[in-house]
Amino acid sequence: MSYFTGLILLLVASAIVNNVVLSQFLGLCPFLGVSKKVETAAGMGGAVIFVITIASFVASLIYKYVLAPTGFEYMQTIVFILVIAALVQFVEMFLKKSVPALYESLGVYLPLITTNCAVLGTAINNVTNNYDILESVINGFGVAVGFTIAIVIMAGIREKIEYNDIPETFKGSAIVLITAGLMAMAFLGFSGVI
Amino acid sequence: MNKNIERLVNGLWKENPTFVLMLGMCPTLAVTTSAINGIGMGLSTTVVLVLSNIMISALRNLIPDRVRMPAFIVVVASFVTIVQFLMQGFTPSLYASLGIYIPLIVVNCIILGRAESYASKNPVIPSLFDGVGMGLGFTVGLTFIGIVREVLGNGSVFDIAIKPLNDYHITLFGLAPGAFIVLGFLVAVMNVVRRKMEAKGRPLPEVQGCLAGDCTTCTLSTACTGKSMVHVKPEEIPVNPKDVAKPVPNTNVEVKHADNQHNTEDVEEAGRASSYADEMLEGKGEDE
Repeated sequence: MSYFTGLILLLVASAIVNNVVLSQFLGLCPFLGVSKKVETAAGMGGAVIFVITIASFVASLIYKYVLAPTGFEYMQTIVFILVIAALVQFVEMFLKKSVPALYESLGVYLPLITTNCAVLGTAINNVTNNYDILESVINGFGVAVGFTIAIVIMAGIREKIEYNDIPETFKGSAIVLITAGLMAMAFLGFSGVI
Repeated sequence: MNKNIERLVNGLWKENPTFVLMLGMCPTLAVTTSAINGIGMGLSTTVVLVLSNIMISALRNLIPDRVRMPAFIVVVASFVTIVQFLMQGFTPSLYASLGIYIPLIVVNCIILGRAESYASKNPVIPSLFDGVGMGLGFTVGLTFIGIVREVLGNGSVFDIAIKPLNDYHITLFGLAPGAFIVLGFLVAVMNVVRRKMEAKGRPLPEVQGCLAGDCTTCTLSTACTGKSMVHVKPEEIPVNPKDVAKPVPNTNVEVKHADNQHNTEDVEEAGRASSYADEMLEGKGEDE
């Protein structure tokens, strides 16, 4: 298997087979909170793709050229969370100044992403699995695409749920969690693919 | 001393982070495949919570308000790293089964939430008991969910097989979908409890975390970035009328902090928006 085939398999695996929300439970907060409308969900997904891809790149860069040579690998959690927080702020400022159109559509969601555990989780996973920098970026992109797929499908279902007659007890987040359970069951079907 | 016991009871019962406040859902869903994993995760979170509460409370007068969130995160992340090493050394099998969720304790809503809403405003001893109470409450919650999932999914409790159940276990409950479904039913049960308690005139505290149905109530997203969600369009505010009617108890405090930290741009923007709204209203008036 060539390196390139490996990358494609990694992308599919991280996006669909090991879906970040539905099989790893990372990024649940926005998944439950920002999935009421398809447009908002897609906006959130776009912002997450943007941030996770950049964060994976920067985090693995820092790990490879700063932490590993100096023997400070054990500082990864502290360094990564600070890098991610700073990065999100920086991305926000950059977008505001240089790409106002993109900022208009993604800006609302960026502050929500700082503490999204999917970002930190992906950065740490990249290091634990010994991915090189290109693999980290691909993995980060795949994870974020998986998140976007999950949240958009969820928003689509929730728009329909609005019109359904749900038992009083299950209204609100209970029915959303059970829907997520059923979605996770569907995604479980991908587990043998790769 | 009375106040300390009150903090313990508060964390374990009145504001139980799992059942009542519904905080920290990532680890709740992820590690509760068995009861023993639930206890392990709960206790490691408790250790981090207690230590970071003590530290943050001791430093509360030294940390400038503007940089308090990064400071809290550094404190929490340091303790998480220490706990991670201790677990790697002393409980390697638990460390392996909890995996990535140990470093992710850093972004657990409970820890930064308690730091922000309690430890940064109170003396060391009550903060310590607050940490112990909240941590044990979380541990009890995780263990309970772990037991339910282990019984249904594996037919055992704490790895001891229950004879008749063992033959009829539903493997699904040990996997990802089972986590969502069990939590969904837990939320439904809590909805019933909430309504009963409200009828009795003793309403439970509102759900605070992600399950409140919108991320803006999360203490972290606002506090971490130092801005309130002024850009949020009205339709994203929770549709659940209960959430709207009764704001989270410590909202006032958060709002105060958020105000301090507003970017000037944000304030300007908000001001522009409101003046624009005024113009609109005036225009409307003239038309009439």
